[in-house]
Amino acid sequence: MIDLGGYGFSILVTGASITVSIAIASLVIACLLGMMSALAKLSNSRIARAVSTSYSTIIRGIPDLVLMLLIFFGGQVFINNLPENLLHLVSIIGDLPGIKGTVVDNGDHLKSLAQPYLDWGYIDINPFIAGVITVGFIFGAYMGETFRGAILAVDRGMLEAGTAYGMTKFQITRRILFPQMVRHALPGFGNNWLVLMKATAIVSIIGLDDMVRKAGLAAGATRQPFKFYLTAAIAFLLFTTVSIWLQKIAEKKYSVGVRSAL
Amino acid sequence: MDFQIIWDELPLYFDGLLLTVQLVPLALAIGFVLAIPLAVMRLSKNLFINYPVFAFTYAFRGTPLIVQLFLLYYGVGQFEGYSELAKEYSFLKGAYFFALLGFTLNTAAYTTEIFRGAMAQTSFGEVEAAKACGMSQSLIFRRIVIPSALRRALPAYSNEVIFMLHGSALASTITLVDLTGAARIVMSRYYAPYEAFITAGVFYFFLTFAFIWAFRLIENHYNKHLKRREETIQVVT
Repeated sequence: MIDLGGYGFSILVTGASITVSIAIASLVIACLLGMMSALAKLSNSRIARAVSTSYSTIIRGIPDLVLMLLIFFGGQVFINNLPENLLHLVSIIGDLPGIKGTVVDNGDHLKSLAQPYLDWGYIDINPFIAGVITVGFIFGAYMGETFRGAILAVDRGMLEAGTAYGMTKFQITRRILFPQMVRHALPGFGNNWLVLMKATAIVSIIGLDDMVRKAGLAAGATRQPFKFYLTAAIAFLLFTTVSIWLQKIAEKKYSVGVRSAL
Repeated sequence: MDFQIIWDELPLYFDGLLLTVQLVPLALAIGFVLAIPLAVMRLSKNLFINYPVFAFTYAFRGTPLIVQLFLLYYGVGQFEGYSELAKEYSFLKGAYFFALLGFTLNTAAYTTEIFRGAMAQTSFGEVEAAKACGMSQSLIFRRIVIPSALRRALPAYSNEVIFMLHGSALASTITLVDLTGAARIVMSRYYAPYEAFITAGVFYFFLTFAFIWAFRLIENHYNKHLKRREETIQVVT
């Protein structure tokens, strides 16, 4: 066993728990976004399809690091410019000819009324939230593709049978579509999860104290980078191994009653 | 938003673009060449040949690329012989070598597994026919297994190429100025995150679609026989 010289706890417990919690939190967001994007892609509305298609195209065309930096730094600027921009908007609305006020310069009057409510000082974006939102947003696009394929793989006849039994749309979704969709979605879902977990490592770039950054700090302090980065790598390998093992169990569970030729 | 900044800093972006389009194809080419023999080794029934390659692909596919890069670039400094070696071979000093090494090993690991999967799918009859013709093991691989497996692996391989292109953004984390590195410099000079990163994003977006387009051409060329079969089935039915 390698001697981690007191840094073992901060890397393998504190850091690893942050890595895992980011991964799980962003998985939840990714699943919600993915389901929405899959349903939008399969819907009859042309606008929903267009939005969902451009979402997945743009996400898959841009590296996750660039998106993360954009959301982290861009979000910072956006939130801190928001009061000013909102006030500007308010004054424009007030000056519109249709809106009549008692004061002569209605725009400035409204602006001064709104000012106290929008004065929240300088806000630092929490890197945890930025990381979770970015990773969730990116993997929502990949999940969407997986879910779409899984929904399409469910036998149409079964859904028709549900309708024939007089089930409502919600009942059909809950009782027939969803349980069967899970089986088809699991392999893709498992792959997405593995990639997602590794993608969380880049949150260390925006200053979140995850496993990689903790390893980096330990490496800087002890001048033994190889040892500490290797520790982080082995921890990731362990997570991967456990995930693959869980995935196999889940696949077995959801394939009950499916005949296999092999 | 003020895109005048971007217009002024465009040369920086083009330098970054140059590095990205240099690093990615080079890593992909070396990785591709490495992956073919490794995939053949992965298919071997001999555990001493199969397992080391499996360990390599498992380790590189199971850990984040950024950790691999840090491990190589920063980690190498921990070893005593390194500074003497770097004096002798100057290419060991820069981040470029380590980025290339990390990307190559990473893509080699993924590509090996893609090729292995495709080779394992070779239909039994084809290999049997080759054996009946009296081909040796190496000849079977060279003439039958590898050519058809590479064709079948093309769609999955094109995904890996896109993945590598996106992964190359991480070169900026080990001090290289690639497209993302250029964007980060612009960002820190002007504090203009939207302009800086959206520009980089647009560059990557077009690069991605250029790669996808190129692979569609390659696929159309090498998998023409499959396309014709689909058309024939449509005509028949």
